[in-house]
Amino acid sequence: MAVASSAYKKVIEGDQQPKEVLVKIDRVTKKFDETIAVDDVSLTINKGEIFALLGGSGSGKSTLLRMLAGFERPTQGRIYLDGEDITDLPPYERPINMMFQSYALFPHMSVADNIAFGLKQDKMSRADIEARVEEMLKLVQMTQYAKRKPHQLSGGQRQRVALARSLAKSPKLLLLDEPMGALDKKLRSQMQLELVEIIERVGVTCVMVTHDQEEAMTMAQRIAIMHLGWIAQIGSPIDIYETPTSRLVCEFIGNVNLFDGQVVEDMEGHALIDSPDLDRNIFVGHGVSTSVQDKSITYAIRPEKLLVTTEQPSCEYNWSRGTVHDIAYLGGHSVFHVQLPSGKIVQSFVANAERRGARPTWDDQVFVWWEDDSGVALRS
Amino acid sequence: MKRFSFSTLMLWAGFLFIYLPMLILVIYSFNGSRLVTVWGGWSVKWYVGLLDNTQLMGAVMRSLEIACYTAIAAVILGTMAAFVLTRVTRFKGRTVFGGLVTAPLVMPEVITGLSLLLLFVAMAQLIGWPAERGIVTIWIAHTTFCTAYVSVVVSSRLRELDMSIEEAAMDLGAKPLKVFFMITIPMIAPSLAAGGMMSFALSLDDLVLASFVSGPGATTLPMEVFSAVRLGVKPEINAIASLILLSVSLMTFMIWFIARRAEVARKKAVQQAMDETAGVRDQQGPDSRRDPSQVHAPA
Repeated sequence: MAVASSAYKKVIEGDQQPKEVLVKIDRVTKKFDETIAVDDVSLTINKGEIFALLGGSGSGKSTLLRMLAGFERPTQGRIYLDGEDITDLPPYERPINMMFQSYALFPHMSVADNIAFGLKQDKMSRADIEARVEEMLKLVQMTQYAKRKPHQLSGGQRQRVALARSLAKSPKLLLLDEPMGALDKKLRSQMQLELVEIIERVGVTCVMVTHDQEEAMTMAQRIAIMHLGWIAQIGSPIDIYETPTSRLVCEFIGNVNLFDGQVVEDMEGHALIDSPDLDRNIFVGHGVSTSVQDKSITYAIRPEKLLVTTEQPSCEYNWSRGTVHDIAYLGGHSVFHVQLPSGKIVQSFVANAERRGARPTWDDQVFVWWEDDSGVALRS
Repeated sequence: MKRFSFSTLMLWAGFLFIYLPMLILVIYSFNGSRLVTVWGGWSVKWYVGLLDNTQLMGAVMRSLEIACYTAIAAVILGTMAAFVLTRVTRFKGRTVFGGLVTAPLVMPEVITGLSLLLLFVAMAQLIGWPAERGIVTIWIAHTTFCTAYVSVVVSSRLRELDMSIEEAAMDLGAKPLKVFFMITIPMIAPSLAAGGMMSFALSLDDLVLASFVSGPGATTLPMEVFSAVRLGVKPEINAIASLILLSVSLMTFMIWFIARRAEVARKKAVQQAMDETAGVRDQQGPDSRRDPSQVHAPA
């Protein structure tokens, strides 16, 4: 994880304010010739939230963002902003501003002129424009660079100018296209924090597109995972990490161990899964409501919830024998690769809480085990 | 002791091959003798005589006038064509349009000239315009092929331009026409200047097209020089050619000088900005928010 952010705090505390829908995307489809970039997507974005579209390249996330900005027109479906249909409005008539991945600063204008550009289009008075530009420069702490041209700025400074420019017109909706894409890794985590802070101070609703899951989880309150033009899951970072609804989502976000198996006992209060990879059955603390014909199921468990021990667990379910196949020391934690009797290799993260603890080492006999509610049973 | 290698030798041979004729031309323009091939001592009388030669001076002014008009028209039309070709991604007949715009580059001038002449004659008969051929018809003829050059130069620049800059302007509320004039034009200005200068030079230099479509009393400089040379080279021609050489070299040098100065200033500004930023960062001292040891990962 990168940095602590207030987004996480908000998720934990639960949103107190009543949710008010700002953007409604209603069954939008976009085709380029024969390829379908966005396939029948519907979603709503609430006022004041930071919403992330997360997906690999070609997942349609950028196309969806460009349709919100007005650069692309949906083949089918409508987009509403504040209840008003904006599907056919050109970009220059939408109260939406975008921060581009390359920042797209005007190279022949100074920082102040870049920020003033949008305001000038609104026929504001000169004094008002100057005041607003001053305010924006202060917001992003760039006051002393007002006279500079974009090529005289560093990457982080350019991004601040781009942010100030897109916030200057007080848009109803702010779009961020891969906001950290052009920055190096160290600067990235600094700017993520700063960006969230500024966005929250302004109080603007924000939709961002990213391929970096850490970035999405740090900055956003809700995340939509996109794959091949459709949305695989929408939820808070915790929802998506802890209760993924499909194999695709849980493999996309973070690491995961997957066990294929058959449901052997399915009650209202619990279920048992028999996996050929494991010595003991998997106990799930709730019913999994399988169909009668198809008993196959996948059980997913995150590496940090899979525990390694040298003593045989006393419980009846949820453990297996294994040997340590490999250990990767990563400083904060180590990754144990444990080979199960079936030959399958599972991963376990072990926090390095002590400087030199007694640890299992290569080729040691170990047991992997987990709590009843640690994993998720997946039907698809 | 400098050693003459093969490549230095070839370099000087190349220079001589290109510039020796011009040097001889300049020297002979100061020839005192009336006969071009016979050296009759140094003199500037041909330069003085130029001023009295109203016919030649008239041709010079006419050529410059046409070149100016051509440069302006070709830049406007060529930029429009290039913009459509690079920014409007799909419309009916796009490939055909692209081919037609650049076709004059490879079209033999004799054919272009002849067909334009036939067109002008037919138009004069049908609609009564152009009543007589002259500066306007030469201007039209030159514009047709210069437009092609400009569109090639400008579209290559437009293609490498980051399109999101124009999108950003539109996103901030500027209508497409305003985006074009306030954002696109300033960014492609260097290539517009290059295209304009190229058109100016091509138009000033053209003999074939001009001979086809010009009329009585509209003789351009290349036509004047060519016809004078056919009757035997006069020293006056050497003088005018030397003057053209001088002005072209001066202009090129000036452009190079301005471009170089701008480049040096830009580099200096970037360097200064970097130094200042580094200085500011050092003075700020430890900022708790940026100090990695203060940052905790969510458990």
